[in-house]
Formats: sequence, structure tokens, C-alpha cells
Amino acid sequence: MALPEQTGSGEPLIQVENLCKIYSLDSGAAGSKGGGTVNSQVLFDVSLSIHRGEFVAIMGHSGSGKSTLMNILGCLDTPTSGHYWLDERDIALLSDDELARVRNRNIGFVFQGFNLLKRMTALDNVATPLLYAGVNRSDSRKRALELLHQTGLGNFAAYQPNQLSGGQQQRVAISRALVNNPQLILADEPTGNLDTQTSREIMAVFQQLNREQGITIVLVTHEDDIAACTRRLVRLQDGRVVHDAGVLA
Amino acid sequence: MSLLAIIGEALRALRLNRMRTGLTMLGMIIGVAAVVLMLAVGQGAQTMVNQAISSMGSNLLIVVPGATSSGALRSASGSVQTLTMGDAQAIASLPSVKAAAPLITGTAQLNYGANNWSTVVTGVTPDYFQVRDWGTDSGALFTEVDLRSATRVVLLGQLTAKNLFGDEDPTGKTVRIKNSPFLVAGVLGVKGQSLDGRDQDDAVFIPLTTGQRQVFGNQFPGTIRFLMAQAESAEMMEEAEAEMNQLLRQRHRIAEGVENDFTVRNMAALTAVASGAAKVMSVMLGAIASVSLLVGGIGIMNIMLVSVTERTREIGIRMAIGANRRAILAQFLLEALVICILGGVAGIAIGIGGAWAVSQAVGMVVVITLGTVLLAFAFASAVGIFFGFYPARKAAALKPVEALRYE
Ligand SMILES: Nc1ncnc2c1ncn2[C@@H]1O[C@H](COP(=O)(O)OP(=O)(O)OP(=O)(O)O)[C@@H](O)[C@H]1O
Ligand SMILES: [Mg+2]
Repeated sequence: MALPEQTGSGEPLIQVENLCKIYSLDSGAAGSKGGGTVNSQVLFDVSLSIHRGEFVAIMGHSGSGKSTLMNILGCLDTPTSGHYWLDERDIALLSDDELARVRNRNIGFVFQGFNLLKRMTALDNVATPLLYAGVNRSDSRKRALELLHQTGLGNFAAYQPNQLSGGQQQRVAISRALVNNPQLILADEPTGNLDTQTSREIMAVFQQLNREQGITIVLVTHEDDIAACTRRLVRLQDGRVVHDAGVLA
Repeated sequence: MSLLAIIGEALRALRLNRMRTGLTMLGMIIGVAAVVLMLAVGQGAQTMVNQAISSMGSNLLIVVPGATSSGALRSASGSVQTLTMGDAQAIASLPSVKAAAPLITGTAQLNYGANNWSTVVTGVTPDYFQVRDWGTDSGALFTEVDLRSATRVVLLGQLTAKNLFGDEDPTGKTVRIKNSPFLVAGVLGVKGQSLDGRDQDDAVFIPLTTGQRQVFGNQFPGTIRFLMAQAESAEMMEEAEAEMNQLLRQRHRIAEGVENDFTVRNMAALTAVASGAAKVMSVMLGAIASVSLLVGGIGIMNIMLVSVTERTREIGIRMAIGANRRAILAQFLLEALVICILGGVAGIAIGIGGAWAVSQAVGMVVVITLGTVLLAFAFASAVGIFFGFYPARKAAALKPVEALRYE
């Protein structure tokens, strides 16, 4: 296994050990395969460490548990068993408020469906995490505008999500993810809804962020050429890590 | 997130759903307006009753001829003439009684120039004005001298004065009562409505002796229609009542076991009942109005629950970008509160306007106090918090993943 060279500090940014996730299906499953059994295990003893500055792609068949893993890494969901240390902090020990703070300050999310707040301008969308961080409105707008410029959307600050193309919306989402200077960006199929050309542009943004700002990025994708933009590939199959290696440039 | 930012978010969310916000607010507006209006009417009635009570004079006891049986007067006062001037003098000298004023009454036509006006003419002693705590606006009360020599002087009530004289000052002028000339000694101050709804300013007063000898004829010399007595103090009311009963039984030679041929009415008891009834009415009106406020509150809760469900995904997104439970709770609670407070303010304005309209249309006394306004406002806010809390907590309790996955 050829791990990438950046290992700024000795300890990894993300460390998971024996992570398991079991869904109980009495809640009315959201997944298409849900049904039948009472319990369905989605992740089996997943162990993984990701160091600062890494750029990791997670691949696997549909239903292999990629999104489930990402949600746990993003502190949106909790594992059934196993441990998760983010920046040397045991996530299991954090309160709801502390988890919200981690999501706000340490992690930036980019979703396949963009997940922007409707009927709110691009600028306000990008500024919202800063408001939750306690920054005042005018400062957060200033910072948000900076980021929109950075991602090439300076002229679209006043647009609402439904007035923007998919690629533009995803740039807004990336700006929002970056607005609090997170150490980690988690992107679940960020190019899943975009055409090849736009996907390439979005990947260029990620690559630049990783290369120039050293931001750790973990992204899920189904496409080999997207994965080829990253520097490490983790493959999941039926909830288990079956491959973990560097990507040849 | 600062409170100001959260309020901004709440206002923005409410603006996005103008129609719905407006309709929800309408429930609140109607509720608060009803509370304000009902309290205004209730307090108005209370004020009216209190005014009538205080216009009556303090520590008042009234003695009328005829017996009471089971609460009702058996014979209307006047059909029997059992009270005399002597009774009045004897009562006046009781230790618990400060003053006693005998009265005779009748109706008569008054003329001044081309104007005429039919009203109640009451023959009284100067003590009457002390008992009733009634003074003149212009001119002077008549005196013991007028009483002794049965002079033809008259004191006019405000309304009578206005009807006969218009804007002229009646003092010193001459009016005719049953065609006899009377000198107007003065005009009495405003008394307003009595408890039984009569306008006390539609009246004229002449010396008792003048009335007996010159106006009402002389059917039963020395008898009076009824008398008003004032106890020395509020604490002495019951004592005065007992003493008067005893004294009159003695004077009228009523044997043991036989019913009184007179009735002493303690006005303190009556006023307590009247003001108690007014208070009860006020509370009842307020309670009825509160029901509409409750309905408005339930409307808010309903809308907020729908809103939480509709915006589950938004809540998930907000949580994913760092909103903690408190921020989500505050956002939804504030939305409810904003609806209530804006609705409350509008409701107070409409309630005040409605109260004014009622007072204009029906001529009812309405009273709006700062207390009423503050109460309505506090009520509206309390409804907002109470009915907004459950939906807000429901939103805040959502799990981030589940909220995000919600379609
Ligand atoms: N809330 C849930 N309740 C029950 N089962 C669930 C739930 N969420 C996901 N699953 C199940 O977990 C499994 C993995 O789902 P997950 O979304 O992680 O897959 P994925 O690898 O992201 O797939 P895709 O590539 O299609 O996005 C699926 O079988 C799914 O049915
Ligand atoms: Mg997925």
C-alpha cells in the first residue's frame, strides 16, 4: 500500500476503527432495497485512516455503504459500533452542540443534490454557516462574496439556486463548504448530477483546494476518471473496504 | 447565531409564505381584538356601575313605606303613606345616623318662555344635598330658611336646565312649575346615570314644605314619600339599619310578630351586588374572548407543524452546515412569536378601534387601560411561545441524516 506523502502531523485527521452500521427497519426504510429483515447491516468493521492533506476517492457499487460512511465521517450520523476520531477527538464523546460545532467549523459538506437553501441568494447561502458561527451579517457577507469570487461566481451572488445551473449551484455549495476554513471537505458524489465538462471543472476546483490550501478532501464517486483526479482510492463492497491504495498520476 | 440574525431568518421565512402567514396572523388578530374589545366593554360597564354607585352618595340607607316579602316590594312605594316628617327627624337624631333627608316627589310641567319640559319634581330638605353629596355648578343650594318659609325656589338638574334654558344661565331667572313662578336658585352638578338606569340630571328640587303646601296638594299632611339617611361611617351601616328598624317599629307601634310597614334598604349591600355583577360580567366577557385567542393559538401550532414537516430538508441542511438544536428551536419559536406579536399589535389596534366604534354606535361606556393593552400583548406572546414551542422542539429534535434524507 503506497500511502501519499503528506502526513503533516503523526496522527491522522480521520481515524475509524471497526466501524459498523446496522439499520433497524422498523422505521420505514428510505433505501430501495430496505424491507424484509428487522436489522440490516450496512457497514462491517470498516477501519480507515486519512491524514491531513490527503485527497481520497471512495468508490463502490450502489448500496455498498458509501453514503452511510460519509454521513458518519461528517458527524451527521452515528455508528452502531466502532470508533471514530476526528482530529484526535473521539466523536462518540461529543454532545449534540459540540457535533454541530464540528460540522460548522471543521467540516465542509458538498452533496450530490447541492442542498442549497431555497429562495435564498447564493451569497446568503454561502454566508449562513458563518452566521451559525456567530459572525455578524455584514462580515459574513463580505467573506461569502470573497469565496464566490474564488469559485468564479462573483457575478451570481444575488441569484437564487433555482436561477443557477447545476454546475453553478455546486460551486455555491463548495463556497459554502469552504466559508469557515474547514480542515476537511466531504463530498458525496459532487459531480453525480453534472455533465462531463462541468464535472471536470468542479474537480479542478477540488484539486486546487487540495494542492494550494492543503485541505483534506474525501469524495465519493462512481466514475473512474473522477477518481483519477484524486490521489488515493478506497473501494467499498457490501460494507467492507476491499481496496485501499494510491492512485497513479 | 445572533438573536437579530434569527429574527431576520424568521421574518424572511414568514415573508416567503405571505398568504399563509397572513391567515395565521388573522386568527391571532381576531383573538386579541376580541380580548381587548371585551375587556373594554366589561371595564366600561364596571366604570359605569361604579360611577352610579358613587353618584348615589356614601353610606346610604333608604327607607320606603310598605313591607318587603320574599325580596319584592309588596306594595309599590307611594300607595301607602306610612312615613312622616316626624320619622325623618327621629332617624336623624339616631347616634349612628349622620343625616336623614325626607323626600316627596311628583311630576310636573316646567315652563320658561316658550320652552316647556316635563320632569320629576322632588321636595327635599337641605340635608338631602349633604346625603347625596351633591353641590351646585352655579347659584347656591337653598337653605333652612327657604324650608321654613316655604319659598318658591328651585334647583335645576343639568339636563332640565339645558332643556329649558339652552345656553342661558338659569340662575336668578324665573321658571313656572304648574304655572306658579319659581326663582331658580342654582343648577346642580352632573350626576349621570343611576344604578337603575335613570338620568339623575333630569330632575328639579324644591323645598319640601313648598312642595307639600303649594305643588303636590295636601292629601296626607306631614307624610313623605321616602327618606334617605346617611350613616356616620361605612362600619356603622348595619348598626344604623338595625337602629332605624327598631325606631320605626316603635314609632309605628308595630306589635311583635307583625310585619314592618316600611322597608329599610342598605345600599351598601346593593352596591356590592351591583359591582360584583359587573365584575363577573367583565371576567365572563374576557373568558369568552380568550377562547378565540386559544383557537388562534391552535391555528399557529397547526401551521408551524406543517411548516416543520415541509421544511424538514431545510432543517437537515442547516444542521449539516452547523446549526445546533438551539438555533433551530429559536428559528421556529421566533417565527411563531413574530406571528403572535405582529398579530397582537394589529389586534390591539383593531380592538381599540372596535371599542371606539361600539361606544359611538351604542353609546356604551368603554374603558381601555394600559393594563388591558399590556395584558393582551402578554397573552399574545404567551400563546406564541406556548403553541410555537412544540413544533419548534419537534424541528430541533430531528436527526441530521434523517432530515437530510427527507423527501
Ligand atoms: N435510513 C436507512 N434505513 C435503512 N436502510 C438504509 C438507510 N439508509 C441506507 N440504508 C441502506 O444502506 C445501504 C447502503 O446505503 P448507502 O446510501 O450508504 O449506499 P451508497 O453506497 O451510497 O449507494 P449509492 O451509490 O447508490 O449512493 C443500502 O442498502 C440502503 O438500503
Ligand atoms: Mg450514496
